[in-house]
Amino acid sequence: MKPAPFRYADPGSLEEALEVLSAEEGAKVLAGGQSLLPLLSMRLAAPATLVDINRVPGLDTVEATGDGVRVGALVRHNSLLGGHPQAMAAARVQPLLARATANVAHPAIRNRGTTVGSIAHADPSGEMTSVLALTDGSVTVATPSGMETVGWRDLFVGPLETSLSGPAVVTSAFFPALPDRSGAAFAEVARRKGDYAVCGAGVVVTLDEDRRVTAVRASYVSVGLTPEAHDLTDAVGGRSVEKADWAAAGALARTLVDPDGDLHASADYRRLLVGVLTERTLASAAVEAAERTPA
Amino acid sequence: MTTKLFGEPVRRREDARLITGRGRYLDDIGPGALAAAFVRSPHAHARIADIDVDAALDVEGLVAIYTYEDLTGPMAEPLPVLIPHPQLHAPRTGYPLANGEVNHVGEPVVMVVAIDRYVAEDAAERILVGYEELPAVIGVDAASAATAAVHGDVPDNVAARHHQETGDVEPALAASPHTLSFTQYIERSAGMPMEGRGVHARWDADDGSLRVYTSTQASTSVRAAIAAKLELSLDEVEVVAPDVGGGFGVKIMHPWPEELLVPMAAIALGAEVKWAEDRREHFISSAHERQQKQEITVGFDDEGRLTALDAHIWHDNGAYTPYGIIVPIITATQLVGPYVIPVYRVVVESVYTNTVIVTPYRGAGRPQGCFAMERTMDRIADALGLDRAVVRERNLIQPDQFPYDHHLTFQDGRPVVYDSGDYPGLLEKLKALVGWDGVDALRDDAEARGKLLGVGMALYVEGTGPGPYEGGHVQVLGSGKVLVSTGLTTQGQGHETSFAQIVASELGVPIEDVEVTTGDTRRFPYAVGTFASRAAVMSGNAIALAARGVREKALRIAADVLEADPEDLEISDGVVQVRGTPGASIPLRTVAVLSNPLRYAFDEAAKQATQFAVQAKDDEPPVSPGDAPGLEHRDYYSPIRSTFASGAHAAIVEIDPATWEIDVVKYAVVHDCGNVVNPMIVEGQVHGGVAQGVGGALYERMAYDSDGQLQNASFMDFLMPYASEVPDVVIDHQQTPSPLNPLGIKGAGEAGVIPGSAALASAIEDAVGRRITSMPISPTELYDLVRDPSAERTAVAERRAGTGAMA
Repeated sequence: MKPAPFRYADPGSLEEALEVLSAEEGAKVLAGGQSLLPLLSMRLAAPATLVDINRVPGLDTVEATGDGVRVGALVRHNSLLGGHPQAMAAARVQPLLARATANVAHPAIRNRGTTVGSIAHADPSGEMTSVLALTDGSVTVATPSGMETVGWRDLFVGPLETSLSGPAVVTSAFFPALPDRSGAAFAEVARRKGDYAVCGAGVVVTLDEDRRVTAVRASYVSVGLTPEAHDLTDAVGGRSVEKADWAAAGALARTLVDPDGDLHASADYRRLLVGVLTERTLASAAVEAAERTPA
Repeated sequence: MTTKLFGEPVRRREDARLITGRGRYLDDIGPGALAAAFVRSPHAHARIADIDVDAALDVEGLVAIYTYEDLTGPMAEPLPVLIPHPQLHAPRTGYPLANGEVNHVGEPVVMVVAIDRYVAEDAAERILVGYEELPAVIGVDAASAATAAVHGDVPDNVAARHHQETGDVEPALAASPHTLSFTQYIERSAGMPMEGRGVHARWDADDGSLRVYTSTQASTSVRAAIAAKLELSLDEVEVVAPDVGGGFGVKIMHPWPEELLVPMAAIALGAEVKWAEDRREHFISSAHERQQKQEITVGFDDEGRLTALDAHIWHDNGAYTPYGIIVPIITATQLVGPYVIPVYRVVVESVYTNTVIVTPYRGAGRPQGCFAMERTMDRIADALGLDRAVVRERNLIQPDQFPYDHHLTFQDGRPVVYDSGDYPGLLEKLKALVGWDGVDALRDDAEARGKLLGVGMALYVEGTGPGPYEGGHVQVLGSGKVLVSTGLTTQGQGHETSFAQIVASELGVPIEDVEVTTGDTRRFPYAVGTFASRAAVMSGNAIALAARGVREKALRIAADVLEADPEDLEISDGVVQVRGTPGASIPLRTVAVLSNPLRYAFDEAAKQATQFAVQAKDDEPPVSPGDAPGLEHRDYYSPIRSTFASGAHAAIVEIDPATWEIDVVKYAVVHDCGNVVNPMIVEGQVHGGVAQGVGGALYERMAYDSDGQLQNASFMDFLMPYASEVPDVVIDHQQTPSPLNPLGIKGAGEAGVIPGSAALASAIEDAVGRRITSMPISPTELYDLVRDPSAERTAVAERRAGTGAMA
C-alpha cells in the first residue's frame, strides 16, 4: 500500500497551478487528500503529477451573504462546524452546510478534508455533493481561459466523475441561501458513526405566508449514481404545515429513487430508508420552517 | 506485607510508554533495512503457468526476486503441519512461495526485495504471473457439496472428521420426550490486530548468527522453525518479539511464509531485510476464523432438561490446515458449556475452501460452540413456553459436582474435567445485573417509545491455560533490581504489570524494582506461546515458583548472615529481617551481592562479596556443593490439564422498527477466572473481548464472493466496531479458585468474546419474534428477515401477540 511514483508540484498561485496542469498530462489536484491519498496508496489511481494547491493564496475563505455561502477550495470540513470566523454566519444563511458536515466522517478526516474537494471528487456517497444539489448550488472553476461557473446538474456526470476536463481547478463552491419561510434538515443512517452513509437525506420545506407548504425538495446520499434533487411538493403541497402528511412525502420519495445494493445494504433497504429519513427530516424541517414563518 | 500486590488493581506500567509513542514495534526496527514486498495470487484457485520477472529487472533499487524455483532444501518442502492429529486424515499446507498452484487470493507467489517498500512494490507490480484458473470452492456448503475440489487429491474437501461421543446418542434421542432439530450458520471474521504481522532479520556474517524480530505470539517456536527450515543450528538463531500491537491468535499461527523468507533473504543478501504487512495483505493473507454450519438435534424432557445432544458441524478451515484441527476440537468440546448432557455426540467435518486459512482467533471455536449450545437452550425454552433462564438453570452442573468429567478429550489431548466453578451463582448474579426479571416493564416502555426491546443471555465455560508448560526466571541483582523473564510473548495484555505483581508479592519487593521481559529467546529459550488464555495461568505460576525459589535461597543466605533460622525471616519492601526483631535485617540487594562470591570488586557493592571481605569457613568451598552463584531461580509450571473459567453474558437490545437499526442498550457480564491477579486488567480483557464479540455479532464478516474475492478487504468495508458502537459493559465478578495450580488462577484473555453472538442473537430474536438462524446480522438482513413470510415466528412471539403484549 505505497503509491506508485509521481511528480509533485506545489504552486504558489492559481496561474502557476494551471500551468502545471496544462503541461503535465494526467495531473491531479491535491487539496485535503482524504479521498485521493488512499486511492494512491492502494494504487487504484496513479497520476503522473500531483498539483498541491495548499500554498495557493485566497482559497481558504468562507463568504456568507444574503444570497448564499461561498466556500473556498481550501476550507476544511471542520471550518464549517465552527473552525472558521464566518462559520456562524454561514450556518445562519444556509444551515444545511453545518448540519450535513457534522455527518462527514471523523474529526481527523474533517480537519484535513475539504468541502470543495469532496464535491470535485463527485462521490455520490458524499454529503456535500448532495447538499450542493439540494441547494441548487454551483462551483467556480479556474481554467486557462478564465473563470467559469458550473451548476451542479452540469457538474456531476457519474460516480467519481465530473464534466470538468483539461486543466481546471475548482476554486469554490456556492450554496444558495435557505429561502425565506423555509426549514432544512439532514439525517443519515450509517453502520458505524462516521462511516459513509448507508442512506442520507437532506430536505428543504418552504411555506407560504399562510404556513401552507409550497415547496418540498429532497436530496439523498448513497442513493443513485450521481447526486439528485427531488421535488416532493406534490405529496404535501398546499397543506398546512401542521397537517402535512410527511409519510406521504416519504412514500413519494421511495418511488422517485433508484438505489443500488451493496455489501452494507440491499437496494430495497436503501429505498426503505429513503422513505423513513424523508419523513423524519421533513418533520424536523417543518418545525424550523414554521418558526421562520410569522403567524 | 506492604508489598502484597496480588489481586490489586495496579495501573498498567507499560501504558505510559506505549501511549506516548515510546513503544518499539516491528516496523520501528531497522529503519534502513531492505524491504520485502510480495506478489500475491489474485485468484482463489489457479495453476501457475509462468512467472515473467523481466519488466521488474529495470526498476532502479531492486535487489532480489525470489520464486519457488529459488527455494532449496527444507524451504522447498511444504510448510509444517504444526499440530498433527490422527483424525486429520488429509492435512495440506502451502509452500513459502506457491509451487505451481495457488489456493486462495493473497497466497504469496513471488518475493521482491528492494531498497525500500515503495520500490519493492513498483517492481512487484511489473512481475507478470500467468494463471490458469480452476474452479473456486467458497463456503462450507460448496465445500461439502464437493462439485469441485480445493486439493485434487482430496475430492470430498474433507480434511478431518473429528468425532467424539459420550454414549449412544440415537437411542437416547429416540427415548426423549421431546426432540428438536435445527440448522444454523455463523460467519467468518478475524482478529484484526492494530499492528499487522511483520518480520525483520539480520545476519551477522562474522558471528555466523541470525537475529530475527517478528510480531509473533510464539517466538521460541518460530526460532525452532527458522532453524529447521534454513538448516541452522538452534544456537545460531535468536528470535525476539518486540512490542506487539495485538495478536488475537493470528500471530500464534507460525511459521508464516514471511517468517522464513525474510531471514532466508537476509542471509543470502548479507543485509538487514524487513517486511511489514500492510492492511490489505492482512485481510487476504493472514488467518480468519469462525465460519461453521451447525446441524443440531436435541432431546429433552417436559421440564426442559437435556436428555441427549447430537451436533453435526461443518467447519471451514480455508485452503490449508497448518494449525491442525484445534479449532474444530475446541468447538466440539467447549460446546457443552456449563451443562449436564447425559449423552453427547459431535462430529465436526473440517473442510477445505479456496479462502484464507482458518486458525484460532480469540475464542478459537468457542463462540461457535457457545452459539450452538445456547441457541439450543433458547429453542427448548421457546418450545416448552419456559423462561430461558429457567431452562438453563435446570441443566447446570451443580457446585457439588466438581471435578466434573465430561468424558471428552480437549485440545491439549487431556480429558475435559472441569476443575471448579459455581454456575448457578453466575446465573443468579447475571439475572440481577441485567435485571432479567424486570424486562417486561422495559419492553413496554420501549414499545411506548416506538422501539422493539429484547433481552438475551448466554453462558460459557472456557478451557484455559493448557500445557505443556511455561517457565520463569527470577534474578535479584546487586542493585536490588529484580529481573523476571518468561518465554511466552506479550501483545498488549499487561504482562509487565501482572507478572511484576506476582513477583513483588511472592518475593516481598517493591513493584518498581521488578523488570519483566517476555518473548525473547535470548533471555528464556524454553516456552510454548501466548494463546488459549494461558499466560497468567502458565507463566504466572512458573514465575511464582521461580520467585519462591529465589525467596528460599535469599532466606538461607540471610539466615547465615543474621545468624537466625530461615523460618524466622520475612522479606518486606526488599529487606530481609528477623520477624519481630527490628534492626536484625539485611537488604535483599546485599543478599544478592553475597550470593555471588567474588574475586574482583567492580563497584562499591561488590566489595562486600570479595574474598577478603567475607568471613569464610576454611573447610568449605565458597560456593557450596549443589549450590550456584547468584540470587536467581528458574522454574517451570506444567499442568496436568487445563483449568476451566466460566462466565455469563446478557444483552438488552432496542430495535427501531422503521430502520431496523440494532442498539445494544445494556451489556452485562459476570466473569469467573478463579483468583484474579489484577482486576483492572481482567476487566480490560473482558471489555476488549466484548468489543470483538459485538463486532462479530453485528458488524464484521469476511464477505467472499463466489469467485473467492474478498469484497471488503479494508477498514472502510470490514466494519470493526468503533468505540461508538461498543456498548457500555457492566461487570460483576465471581472467584472460584482453581485447585490445579499454586496461584488458583484461570485464564481470562478470550472470555469476553465467546458469548457475544449467542446472547445478541437471543436478544434480537426476543425483540422481533423471528427465529435468528445466522450470525452476524445487520439491519438490512433484519429487514429482509422480518418481511420474509417464510421466516419462522417464535412461539413466545405468537403468545405475546395473542395477549396483545406486542404488535
